[in-house]
Amino acid sequence: MSNLLIKTENMGIQFGGLKAVQNVNMYLNKGELIGLIGPNGAGKTTTFNMLTGVYQPTEGGITFEGKKLNGLKPYQVSKLGISRTFQNIRLFKDLSVLDNVKVANHNLAKHSLLSSIFRLPSHFSGEAKMEKESIEFLKIFGLDVYKDEFAKNLPYGMQRRLEIARALAANPQLLLLDEPAAGMNPQETHDLMELIAFIRKEFGLTILLIEHDMHLVMGICERIYVLDHGQLIADGTPEEIRNNPKVIEAYLGEEVID
Amino acid sequence: MEWLQQLVNGISLGSIYALIALGYTMVYGIIKLINFAHGDVFMLGAFIGFYAIARWDIGFIPALIISMLLCAIIGVIIERVAYKRLRNATRIAALITAIGVSLLIEYTVIFFRGASPEAYPEVMANKSISIFGASISSQSIMILAVTIVLMILLQFIVHKTKIGKAMRAVSHDADAARLMGINVDNTISATFAIGSALAGAAGVIFGIYYTRIDPLMGVLPGLKAFVAAVLGGIGSIPGAMVGGLVLGVVETIVSAIGYSLWRDAAAFVILILILILKPSGIFGKNAREKV
Amino acid sequence: MKKSKAFWGFLVLALVIYAVVQGMISGGMLDLYYQNILIQMCINIMLAVSLHIVIGITGQFSIGHAGFMAVGAYISAIATMKLGLPLIVAILLGAVISALAGLLVGIPTLRLKGDYLAIATLGFAEIIRIIFLNVEYVGGAAGMVVTNMTTWTYAFVGVVITILVIANFTNSRHGRGCISIREDEIAADAMGINTTYYKVVAFTIGSFFAGIAGAIYAHNFFIIQPTTFNFLKSFDILIYVVLGGLGSLSGSAIAAIFLTLVSAYLANFPETRMIIYSVVLIIVMLYRPTGLMGTKEITSLFKFGKKGGSKV
Repeated sequence: MSNLLIKTENMGIQFGGLKAVQNVNMYLNKGELIGLIGPNGAGKTTTFNMLTGVYQPTEGGITFEGKKLNGLKPYQVSKLGISRTFQNIRLFKDLSVLDNVKVANHNLAKHSLLSSIFRLPSHFSGEAKMEKESIEFLKIFGLDVYKDEFAKNLPYGMQRRLEIARALAANPQLLLLDEPAAGMNPQETHDLMELIAFIRKEFGLTILLIEHDMHLVMGICERIYVLDHGQLIADGTPEEIRNNPKVIEAYLGEEVID
Repeated sequence: MEWLQQLVNGISLGSIYALIALGYTMVYGIIKLINFAHGDVFMLGAFIGFYAIARWDIGFIPALIISMLLCAIIGVIIERVAYKRLRNATRIAALITAIGVSLLIEYTVIFFRGASPEAYPEVMANKSISIFGASISSQSIMILAVTIVLMILLQFIVHKTKIGKAMRAVSHDADAARLMGINVDNTISATFAIGSALAGAAGVIFGIYYTRIDPLMGVLPGLKAFVAAVLGGIGSIPGAMVGGLVLGVVETIVSAIGYSLWRDAAAFVILILILILKPSGIFGKNAREKV
Repeated sequence: MKKSKAFWGFLVLALVIYAVVQGMISGGMLDLYYQNILIQMCINIMLAVSLHIVIGITGQFSIGHAGFMAVGAYISAIATMKLGLPLIVAILLGAVISALAGLLVGIPTLRLKGDYLAIATLGFAEIIRIIFLNVEYVGGAAGMVVTNMTTWTYAFVGVVITILVIANFTNSRHGRGCISIREDEIAADAMGINTTYYKVVAFTIGSFFAGIAGAIYAHNFFIIQPTTFNFLKSFDILIYVVLGGLGSLSGSAIAAIFLTLVSAYLANFPETRMIIYSVVLIIVMLYRPTGLMGTKEITSLFKFGKKGGSKV
């Protein structure tokens, strides 16, 4: 059996006449932690949106565990085992912290609509199972103390953590994190990275990470893809990326890679 | 020549829809609000015209102008009092407020003068001209003339004047327009004023053409004009004109082939078909939600 | 097992209310006028709660609810008056056909969002009304004569079932799926919620109970006419949900009760009633757009330290 989890072939998308992303060929092996970097507007989030079915690629294909993802809706992609966080936090603000995680746990329990309406035993056992699992996820992220709080009332850093907890509750094999450390201070960022390393090991996850903080990406990722103007301009180990002239050029004037 | 006759009737009705639809589409284009009260401004326009002609003995053209002016003022008042605070509110809150304003106008009018209809006075001799065997009434010609003049005027305002340029800028990107020094609040008010004036004009010519007005008369034409705006592509001025005309002609045809009771359903069937098949309408652009 | 406590609490409360009112009716303390107000109140609560599941829970802005009420009313009236079926069968038939209508309307329209969805539902409701207007079998514009068969018991049982089913739905993984759509459709989709499915489910359940309300209404008034079910009726129902608080079941029920009383009090001054309605609506939207209760439930006022949106 190959170790390959997901592969894109010449993936691209056009908006109107504009080619936002084109010719992206990437792959992730099981268990890898891969970085996706690039200047603002390079198409990183658009790539995430294609991988999760939010946008349909207009060119090329995506294969996940041997299955084509093209044409699938986001919820179908999620059920296959790809989960994500959002760059601009998208929590269910008026739901409690616990319920946020429970929503993602939706497909864990199988009790039917009618069993819930008539309060049949399968409803109670299913709901109890969801509650138990969800609290487990909250505990990992240190969020169980806030479980009855509205998501909107959490401090910013905690909201970012809750997004990851929620993504994890959807039971993914592949987790896509879109700038999880954005807006965090160095200490929070450090804690978050340890946490990501921990859940990766604990749940046997494969992770694709968009991040602006170069130091961080270089520190924890095994391989890195670099996007610029919608195209992959480089991939390789952090060491290779650091010394790649194309990457340096793309970032010139924006950020210095140390 | 029965068909030509029906076509003329359809265009007359369609012109009225188009005039109302313009207000909907301009307001939606600029603040993304379905101004449900717009149909009621049309009703107020009809009543102002009625009182001007029947009670104060003013001629048709001055009555039309008075009605347009007062409706413009009413439109601005509605915008300033009710809608201005809603700029950052949810869409649901804005829509419900608009429904509230609509009900308030209708029932305030009923409260003061009752719900009974009023017969519009005749402002011109009802002569018919025969063209290719179709008899076209002087009213139809008047409606067309007024509509064409107003549309040319509107095109002039939108494309050739400073306020028109500001309106286009604000509907494109209000924040950027503000940064460029455009007074967004005044521009929005101007949009309401122009849209409401057109609705007022539509009210007066509706009264003259159909001779019967009542306080709830704005509801159905208002909804249908909105359908016309959606059909043409909401936010698009030529779209509203074309959508109004198409809708008027379709309704007249449905009546003419013997389904007059189904006439009102035709508009809604068109609405649903267009929403499902091409929500951006004939002239609209597709928008994509940002993730 | 806090939830089942709320359940039993609700059931006991319902029984007590029923016993008290039934006692007062038997004792002759409530004449027909007041009984009729109570029935109206029940019908309005059903309408409000059934729209609440669509707007308040799932966040789908429908302003055509009266259309489904009309389906329930006409189908049940046909069942009793033309086919001679018993009332209870007629109510269920009306509700099922209304749910089917909801399904048919919902599948194409629920792809639309916000304003467009609102207008499309309004359009469908008008089409439904115009269909009844044109069918001679049900009397066309003149309306259809229906024997008065509704009693306070029918109306009250209808309310209890409506509230129980919708509260049970809300407090389950299915209801949470719907709420997540209201909160953020894109995130819900990404978390594995089949958003189209749940929107249609909520819409169909809402239509089902609007159908029940319509059936009970039809058999309470001697005559039903298409004009009763125009969009002003839809707005009335919308007002209950919005004033009560988008997302609050108890809020929409309370608003329905309160506004039924206001309407009854102002029955001889319909214009005044509409003016007051509209002014209140505008003021609430401008100064408290979440409605009176927000997403909170009346039960959460009694539970200290227990927060969270959707509890009943």
